[in-house]
Amino acid sequence: MDWHILAQQLVNGLTLGSIYGLIAIGYTMVYGIIGMINFAHGDVYMLSAYVTAISLATLFSFGLDSLPFALLVTLVMTMVITAAYGWTIERIAYRPLRGSTRLAPLISAIGVSLVLQNGVQLSQGARTQGVPSLIPTTLRFGEGDDFVQITLVQLMIIVISLSSMAALTWLIQRTSLGRQCRATQQDRRMAAILGINTDRIISSVFIIGAAMAAIAGVLVTLNYGSFDFNIGFVTGIKAFTAAVLGGIGSLPGAMLGGLILGLAEALFSGMVNTDYKDVFAFSLLVLVLIFRPTGLLGKPEVEKV
Amino acid sequence: MDLPSFPRGLLAMVLAGGLSLSGLAGAAETIKIGVAGPMTGGNAAFGEQFWNGATQAAEAINAAGGINGKQIELVKGDDACEPKQAVAVANRLLDQDKATAVIGHFCSSSTIPASEVYADASVLVITPGSTNPKVTERDLPTVFRMCGRDDQQGPMAADFIVNKLKAKKIAVVHDKDTYGQGIADAMRARLKELKADKKEVLYEGLTRGEKDFNPLVTKIKGSGADVVYFGGLYNEAGPLLRQLRDQGVKATFVSGDGSLDPAIVAAAGGPKFIEGSYMTSVREARNIPAAQKVVAKFKAAGIDPAGYTLYSYASLQSIAEAMKATKSTDGKKLADWLKSHTVTTVLGPKKWDAKGDLKESGFSIYVWGADGNYKEMAQK
Repeated sequence: MDWHILAQQLVNGLTLGSIYGLIAIGYTMVYGIIGMINFAHGDVYMLSAYVTAISLATLFSFGLDSLPFALLVTLVMTMVITAAYGWTIERIAYRPLRGSTRLAPLISAIGVSLVLQNGVQLSQGARTQGVPSLIPTTLRFGEGDDFVQITLVQLMIIVISLSSMAALTWLIQRTSLGRQCRATQQDRRMAAILGINTDRIISSVFIIGAAMAAIAGVLVTLNYGSFDFNIGFVTGIKAFTAAVLGGIGSLPGAMLGGLILGLAEALFSGMVNTDYKDVFAFSLLVLVLIFRPTGLLGKPEVEKV
Repeated sequence: MDLPSFPRGLLAMVLAGGLSLSGLAGAAETIKIGVAGPMTGGNAAFGEQFWNGATQAAEAINAAGGINGKQIELVKGDDACEPKQAVAVANRLLDQDKATAVIGHFCSSSTIPASEVYADASVLVITPGSTNPKVTERDLPTVFRMCGRDDQQGPMAADFIVNKLKAKKIAVVHDKDTYGQGIADAMRARLKELKADKKEVLYEGLTRGEKDFNPLVTKIKGSGADVVYFGGLYNEAGPLLRQLRDQGVKATFVSGDGSLDPAIVAAAGGPKFIEGSYMTSVREARNIPAAQKVVAKFKAAGIDPAGYTLYSYASLQSIAEAMKATKSTDGKKLADWLKSHTVTTVLGPKKWDAKGDLKESGFSIYVWGADGNYKEMAQK
């Protein structure tokens, strides 16, 4: 295999993996703090793709012609609106069930996922929607037809994903909010006794997770240009897999899991066969879980006495 | 094993009995006919075409006096192109809605399991758009189609790729679904007959519902293919085409009827990605001279009879003709009649063989222009 094909597959895998990682953060944070898998997270990401397209269309129809400014406004708007959805979902569907059986919020999450999917399908139509390619800039290395290319959008995806992850890690490790998050994660009742408003902390975790999904939604819409009401399903499952692979509950783990999954898919379909790339990716997950049941960077749960 | 078939036969008898009873007692003398297809979901555009065609045909037939004095009442069934839902819809159409014949379904993977249900109850079903050969290859006497088969459509693409495009290296991609892989395999079979199978450099399946095909695209690029054939639907064809062009692959893109939908322009993100692509599909019914009167009626009603609309129209016409001639709604009688007579439809005269396939059916090749519209190349 030529070096430029291999290098191109690495670029493909890193891009895909960064997106998985960004969405995986939402799964891992929610699981880390309340031990619940938020199955509606993939659909929150789907929602953000629609918000992105609507926002871009609105800005351009008002005659805005500065692309960077439009993108920035869109990013902020999408993050705010999607975060509002995240907060609302938690308030309506999960908070009333806190303290009930473990399965109740899980079922509720699946319900939210169905509501979001069908709601978008009914209000926006079932057809695939598209956004024209806005940033055609491409960096090419090599000569003639033998080149490796990375588009500006792909570069943005990788850089923004890694820096968002770094910023979040800093937030969790260094700020007061992060300290409260970690305390809530370790022992919710004790944290409440010490004066932490745990309900508010859980809300903010949902908001952060949704905002991360929103960043992914904006970047994916710019990169692939097409989306429908169903995109949250496959991507959500892959991102969830990434979170488990990296160790659910761990932030760097989510990113690492995403990158490994993306690279595994790209390299396997590039060098072996595209038909079986998902089989390979999930076999990898099984293997990792056999030898490290808590994932790559997950901490084993210590039984509290 | 006779035992399992006994209760089934009984059920069919009870069902048929129930139908004739309700027919006798019914105050409102209507004949219910189901229209099943993807009314929601990613392929809803095709379901809409089915429904539009059937409603216009029902209006015309009812205005002319209906079927033996009874008016047609259409019942909508939504399978979302999900095989499981298709079976549930088929059961509902028969048990609950008491449909006496069905137009549908669209996705071959839905039509195949659903037609088993209709055949068990001896109910006539005509699909306007399922092109997979298996649909009529299972000895189900009441299953018909109004379109051609993928083992005609695929080979047509192969001939075009080899003789017209003079391809040197061909990459074949499919979506691992009954329709997509079926048509791709039919295309490959013809390549072999043309002794061009050595030109195939890649044969792989992507996953429906995904948007990132970049690793596959890089592989296609590395293979040096000058023609890419895709068996699948526009939802995947759009992003695949865009990523091919984004990575600088100039290969000609050829696909089948599942990709030939105006929605592919949005799915790819602009007409410039699709320009110059070729797709095979059923003949453009809007260009058939015999159909012009009906086309004008559609336009007057504000509907563009695109794609399968007129095929659905013709399906209802055929059902109505058979019911009029046999004075019956029994699937077996209708099927026997259709197999031994010629029906004049909006698409011209139609005849079926013993399997339920059209004796004459044709496909055309369409080419996409820079304006995001496609046009038919010469009809063969």
